[in-house]
Amino acid sequence: MSGSEHESIHRVAHRTIERVARESYGRLVAYLSSHTHDVGSAEDALSNALLAALETWPQQGVPQIPEAWLLTTARRSFIDLVRHRQVAEASEPTLALLRQESKDMTLSPGFPDERLKLLFVCAHPAIDPAMHTPLMLQTVLGLDAERIAHAFLVSPTTMGQRLVRAKKKIRDGGIRFELPQERELPQRLDAVLEAIYAAFGIGWDDLAGVDQRGRDLAEEAIWLARVLLQLMPQQAEVHGLLALMLHCEARRAARRGPDGRYVPLSEQNCQNWSLPLMEEAERHLAEAASRARTGRFQLEAAIQSVHAERARSGRIQWNAIMMFYERLMRISPTLGTQTGYAAAVAEAKGAEQGLASLDGIDADAISVYQPYWAVRAHLLQRLGKTPEAWDAFDRAIGLAEDPAVRQFLLERRG
Amino acid sequence: MQFALLIFESPEAFAARNADENDPYLGAWRAYYKALVEADIYVGGNPLAPPETGTTVRLKDGKRRVQDGPFADTKEQLGGFAILELPSLDAALEWAARCPAAAIGAVEVRPVSPEFKRRVTG
Repeated sequence: MSGSEHESIHRVAHRTIERVARESYGRLVAYLSSHTHDVGSAEDALSNALLAALETWPQQGVPQIPEAWLLTTARRSFIDLVRHRQVAEASEPTLALLRQESKDMTLSPGFPDERLKLLFVCAHPAIDPAMHTPLMLQTVLGLDAERIAHAFLVSPTTMGQRLVRAKKKIRDGGIRFELPQERELPQRLDAVLEAIYAAFGIGWDDLAGVDQRGRDLAEEAIWLARVLLQLMPQQAEVHGLLALMLHCEARRAARRGPDGRYVPLSEQNCQNWSLPLMEEAERHLAEAASRARTGRFQLEAAIQSVHAERARSGRIQWNAIMMFYERLMRISPTLGTQTGYAAAVAEAKGAEQGLASLDGIDADAISVYQPYWAVRAHLLQRLGKTPEAWDAFDRAIGLAEDPAVRQFLLERRG
Repeated sequence: MQFALLIFESPEAFAARNADENDPYLGAWRAYYKALVEADIYVGGNPLAPPETGTTVRLKDGKRRVQDGPFADTKEQLGGFAILELPSLDAALEWAARCPAAAIGAVEVRPVSPEFKRRVTG
């Protein structure tokens, strides 16, 4: 074999491993853990299999069905891992897993896709809600603890420990790998959607100078939503969530000026919005609407859709935004919704009324809530109440994390 | 529990202290301090004069050793500290991320050690 031939086999092997790891990671972990509930060992086994692939594929070529190869190798490693630990109660499911082996190997791409069950397990009510998203990112997408830790602002060691603890709970806590009953489904699905949205990080960006808690995981969140949609195409809220995230993602490039400056939504150049992403968002919103079951994410997506309209009409229909917020207030009156509603009221009916809406929000809740202070500062400034506006600006600036947002607010404060 | 935010600043950040009243770094610090006080978590703190004003003393084999400058020779230097009363490390990290120095230097979060203090102060 010539040197260049060897190189190219090497490259193909590496590319294939990367692709399979990206696309099949969650499927393999879900499948391996669905019988045993042992997510941690399933992940370890899969890492071992990926390492083995890195060693053997460049030499021997990529197997015909790479996924099946990984599954077989991972399964062997899994059994070794469990045996090694000699956990008595784990031996029966492990033996069951062994018996499955011959059956699965005959199916070509297809071992059962258990990712939906895994998603529901990650967002199970018995698991600490703060760990729903990290668990999904790790078990379904294979993100390492360090990257997740950065995004969630905890130390890598702490995140690693929390993930291990959560997986132990899944293994030993009797959490079943199954789809929720029909009557539980809306609530359980909501937890899954919330967890995916939490990875996305950006709350809402229709208010000038609001600190977006960027988590740097937007693509991962969209990927998760696509996986979920593939598994539950008939759920309106799944379409709604994907539409919401796609609309926000469409504006990524427009959010910063060429010099890195923060540009608020209403001042963004629509030319810099991604038309394909907006169109895809609209298709999902229409699909959701056809199912005639409104929900929080559809309403939030609808608000973003009104903003997206500006690309065509050149103006923002604040009345429509206010109406969607009114409906959102009825089903999900979070601090974000209340603040967004007040901002919409200010645009639709005047700053005075917007301020009155802000005053109605619980004072304890807003003391460290940056978006509230950003909106309040702008409304007070518009009403010419300068000293009070300065005060509110200071609170918004002091609570901001993004230096570009801080800079923007400092300039507006004057 | 109490946490110390140890604020490490670059030479540029130390230089910015001499800028005029409208300097954004100063404005960000004023706002941050206000937010800490309004959130009712601020226990105390102080900025430190620049590292070149430091003098480090050691006693080695009974002999005095005095060194011009700070203890550690690093690019980013301790520029001040704040003590905050917060329920958890997670909350302390949130506040550290909001600190203006986090974007151009670093902020180390350390729990205050009341146990050791008790052993010392009796």
